Amino acid sequence: MAKHKFAEHALSPWMKKDGPENDVVLSSRIRIARNMRNYPFPLLATADQSQNTMEQLLSIAESGRLNGLGEPAAYRLSELTELEKLVLVEKHLISPALAGESRNGALILGRNEDISIMINEEDHLRIQCLYPGFQIREAWEFASKIDDIFEESVDYAFDEKYGYLTSCPTNVGTGIRASVMMHLPALVLTGQINRILSAVTQVGLAVRGLYGEGSEATGNLFQVSNQITLGQSESEIIDNLHAVARQIIGHEQAARERLLKESRTRVEDRVRRSYGILSYASIMDSKEASQRLSDVRLGVHLGLLPEVNRDVLNELIVLTQPGFLQQQSGEALTPEQRDIARARIIRSRLASQA
Amino acid sequence: MQCQECGNRPATLHFTKIVNGEKTELHICEFCARERGELIPGTSSGFSIHNLLSGLIDFDPASAGAKQQTLRCEMCGMTYAQFSKMGRFGCSHCYKHFAERLDPLLKRVHGNTVHVGKVPKRVGGQVRMRREIDKLKRELQSRIEREDFESAASLRDRIRDLEREIGS
Repeated sequence: MAKHKFAEHALSPWMKKDGPENDVVLSSRIRIARNMRNYPFPLLATADQSQNTMEQLLSIAESGRLNGLGEPAAYRLSELTELEKLVLVEKHLISPALAGESRNGALILGRNEDISIMINEEDHLRIQCLYPGFQIREAWEFASKIDDIFEESVDYAFDEKYGYLTSCPTNVGTGIRASVMMHLPALVLTGQINRILSAVTQVGLAVRGLYGEGSEATGNLFQVSNQITLGQSESEIIDNLHAVARQIIGHEQAARERLLKESRTRVEDRVRRSYGILSYASIMDSKEASQRLSDVRLGVHLGLLPEVNRDVLNELIVLTQPGFLQQQSGEALTPEQRDIARARIIRSRLASQA
Repeated sequence: MQCQECGNRPATLHFTKIVNGEKTELHICEFCARERGELIPGTSSGFSIHNLLSGLIDFDPASAGAKQQTLRCEMCGMTYAQFSKMGRFGCSHCYKHFAERLDPLLKRVHGNTVHVGKVPKRVGGQVRMRREIDKLKRELQSRIEREDFESAASLRDRIRDLEREIGS
């Protein structure tokens, strides 16, 4: 039994809810970066200063003012084990930077894990909201409310010309990063993905892999987000992302229909092979797992695998990451042992839901 | 030329090491170089947004000179040279102290230099209202263009109210 609730389940409560366009969009995310006026940014803060900012920001959560928005719990990173931190990273609830490098880092986590607020990461405050499916506007409205609650008692570093001041000049202005996590297997299979992604980067958006900056796009999962934070309002940034994501969704759906119409048997074969391998293999590395799980997910949405439950697939994406595998086994595992544990957990999850 | 390590792939990296006058050459492929942990300058190991950014910050033809070196934030003590190396500010006051050098950088990163989004309620009361008035004026203009005079009139009244509030 894990000590903290977040480590018990790979599937965050918010992920179990249905969202619009969830055949293509797994989740929508908003992150807001804010800093306190009278303290240096965490990079240059002394231990006393970062302790001070942490206590001030935590006290806002502990005062109960955020309770209406999700009954959050607060954790100081120093109280968590390395494995618990890794689990939080794998669930997208904290960044690798907060887990690895922060001084006096802390986390405020909503009960449904749809709110995660990082303290003393690169900026003093990073408010993150996660919504299932394609709900980027809803995520922004929610995050903005949390921002307003903090602003009631914290003097933000704000400049009339530059807007919200952040440690990195790439976040200054609105301080927001809006992103949509998309599953685009049909665009990859039909070879259209590169054309579409290069078009996306030309309109000021960035494309990354499952785990954000620097991560490779595995399992046909792509995270599309805004790059520009200065000179556009939040609603312009979100509308822009919304419009582009909407088009990508349309292309993916059209490509899936075409696949079904023109090469149904081949797609069915691919999907069923992957399902078979996941159901029976004894060794499964992470790259193969994410590719096969992507095939099965495509099969589910094409109606080719009615026996598979979508929640199980979402759960397996997180459950097959190294931290969770070790959490489940209760010990550190070598990469070889992990591949065996991964295969075992996939087999048992797929068997139990049938 | 084949890679000296694996003998399979073509060598794409060529190292020349001179230690105590003794010269050794190494021709390997990128894959083997990474395996050996050889430091490959300019490749992905440890490459981050901050490296990329510091390239942008440095890249400024007008910046050659002593001024850049001496520019320093009076609050946290960070110099512009340090900022350009790290790609991150030390505190919110750096923005003020580095202001003269900031606009070209922000222009390159964002294509813009002025914030137009959300304004905090408490800190930015006046700013918020001025922005609100600007927004309403733009809206007013478009309603007039659409010949929607009735709703334009009520908008005009709201703008007047807000302007009075700021003036008082």
